[in-house]
Amino acid sequence: MSEFKTIDARNTFCPGPLMELITYMKQAAVGDTLELLSTDNGTASDVPEWIDKVGHEMISSEKVGEVWHMKVRKLK
Amino acid sequence: MSQNYHIVCLTGTREKLQMAAMFASVAAATGDRVTVFFSMNALPFFIKNSVQQPPVESRFGEMIESEVGVPPFKQLFKSAAELGDAKLLPCSMALDLLKITKEALDPEFGPPTGLTRFLNDAEGGQLLTF
Repeated sequence: MSEFKTIDARNTFCPGPLMELITYMKQAAVGDTLELLSTDNGTASDVPEWIDKVGHEMISSEKVGEVWHMKVRKLK
Repeated sequence: MSQNYHIVCLTGTREKLQMAAMFASVAAATGDRVTVFFSMNALPFFIKNSVQQPPVESRFGEMIESEVGVPPFKQLFKSAAELGDAKLLPCSMALDLLKITKEALDPEFGPPTGLTRFLNDAEGGQLLTF
């Protein structure tokens, strides 16, 4: 059974949110979905780049108000 | 494709240590092989339980210090070692001058390393100096 987890990294600057995501990604199981909340605009372009390089799946990324919501799935 | 990064930290200022730590943590967590070599004025900030903070160079250093959401450089170097197996190596000459051993440094630090060893390891990789 895959799990869904939200990581609240609002109000931290680069590379804080990305490092938070990577920390939780290491602990997650294959198939789990993680949602990263971030107010850092640089993170919004860095996360898809990291996901692409490492080989996970970017599900969605949208800005709601001041907060980026980025959903990713662990693939390996 | 993963890269081989060798980062040299010499300058003991907030801006330089922060930028070096950002490079190290992101590269290591992305699967690149990262080695950070610490010497000169950058090394004393990694003595265990040291409360000494690096001076700022200018405006950006002040901004880093005043924003609570900026990850501290020590934490980023620690993440680089824990999440991405980055090697944090103290310069053996700097340890000798400081009259301390590796045990006096933060636990993430690897063995004291001389320049010959470091240059051999760095051959063919990228070298970034701060």
